[in-house]
Amino acid sequence: MSAYVASIVSVVGINMILALSLNIITGFCGQVSLGHAAFYGIGAYTAAYLSKLGVALPLTLLAGTITAGLIGVVVGLTSLRVRHDFLAVTTMGIGFVFLGFVRKQKWLGGELGISGIPASGLDPLAYALLIVGAAAAVIAFTVWLKRSWMGFTFDAVADDEDAARTVGINVSTYKLTAFGIGTALAGLAGGLYIYFARIILPDTFDFVQSIAILTMVVIGGTGSVWGIVASTIALTLLPEVSRAASDYRLLIFGAMLMLVMRFSPDGLAGLVRRRTTP
Amino acid sequence: MTVLARIDDLYISFGGVAAANGMSFAVNTGEFLAVIGPNGAGKTTALRMVAGILQPDSGRIIFNDRDVTSLPTHVRARLGLGFTHQVVRPFYSFSTIENVMIAAGHRQTESPWRALAGRSREEARMKAAAILEHIGLGEQIDKSPRALPLGQRKRLEVARAIALEPRLLLLDEPLAGLSSAEAATMADLIRTLPASGITVVLVEHNLGEVLRVADRIVVLDAGKVLAEGAPKEVMARDDVRQAYTGVV
Repeated sequence: MSAYVASIVSVVGINMILALSLNIITGFCGQVSLGHAAFYGIGAYTAAYLSKLGVALPLTLLAGTITAGLIGVVVGLTSLRVRHDFLAVTTMGIGFVFLGFVRKQKWLGGELGISGIPASGLDPLAYALLIVGAAAAVIAFTVWLKRSWMGFTFDAVADDEDAARTVGINVSTYKLTAFGIGTALAGLAGGLYIYFARIILPDTFDFVQSIAILTMVVIGGTGSVWGIVASTIALTLLPEVSRAASDYRLLIFGAMLMLVMRFSPDGLAGLVRRRTTP
Repeated sequence: MTVLARIDDLYISFGGVAAANGMSFAVNTGEFLAVIGPNGAGKTTALRMVAGILQPDSGRIIFNDRDVTSLPTHVRARLGLGFTHQVVRPFYSFSTIENVMIAAGHRQTESPWRALAGRSREEARMKAAAILEHIGLGEQIDKSPRALPLGQRKRLEVARAIALEPRLLLLDEPLAGLSSAEAATMADLIRTLPASGITVVLVEHNLGEVLRVADRIVVLDAGKVLAEGAPKEVMARDDVRQAYTGVV
């Protein structure tokens, strides 16, 4: 495997973790989030900062995961107060707050971000395989979650919060759990990203990144797992195989979102289900 | 006869209008109590306060010797306070049986970590299937609630509440919108609940069915109790007739 292929595989794996993590919050539990890149950034900045202090890779990943998850629970508190489009706008605002914060922090490198991040100690191929392993673990976890009682309960919360309360479901706790798990996994993706890129810039975690993650979820099929795995691979590879697709990435993503919303609101997963179910 | 629940001097107002204005009454264990009254008397408000959906401005709600006034809805549901909505609220993304399973699996959903660890839904499915069979929806288990007519959706709402194994079931107008035949069948069905250990409080406008099935009646008017007692005695009172019809 060449270094180029290893880098592509790494990006696919990181995007997959990001999309599946947002899917837990938005797809499973029904809480719209337009600021998911902020938690990717929190994981990345935490891991990068600690790595520069000489902390070993497993611990930086763990710290990035936990920090993003804890802040995610705090942000999730807003979901207890606001719903639907209000929540979307609130989470979008949190993305901007994150960017505004890191850009002004000299200890986090300000506008220039953090560079000179130590190497992972693994060669690019081995590191790509580590990311693939992490993505596989996240896939396995989300498949488990979806089929567990937690997935069933998330479905109820996403469907009708008031009805869920009358069947004894602690809606607040389940929402915070979804935010905690989803944002923690985004933090893990951020930690994995830093040893791949070796430099992080604030703009990597901007609103466009949040929308790109959401696009992967929506095109794959909100709430599905395998549809999102497929859409992440396709949407990550698309700019690589076509120069035009790379130049017009946002335009193409936006057009695909519109087409999916118009013709298959439940994404690729819904399309396949309708084709295969008699 | 022991008291299972008691509402004590409840007050609540919406935009200056008092929907409960010093409302107090008790529910005895094992009885079928109907709460009736003219429109705006505060019947649904009373039920929603007991279920925890509305918080009273003042007063107390005692259930099973415990003050539950400040407890949230889901905690009351787990303590044994079941509730069905006036306008049915099935989970539309679930099948009929899944709607009941999510309630039947209430031990699994008690905490997120327990919910994450558990996957088998077989026990909940069997329990839900038995309840749906008993309630007359045995043929509909795999259908979407959207495919069910209103009468069956109302039954589904009751089935879901029963699956929580409540001690007290609060039914908010389960007969509303049903044909007279459907209403009679539904009334017969809920009349059997006290025999299975479920105390029932029914809020209902259909007086004919109420008088047929209730053990006891509480009449509300302008947010407070106007009368209570055996159905025929209460309905014979002049003040009750006046509240209902405006004439004596």
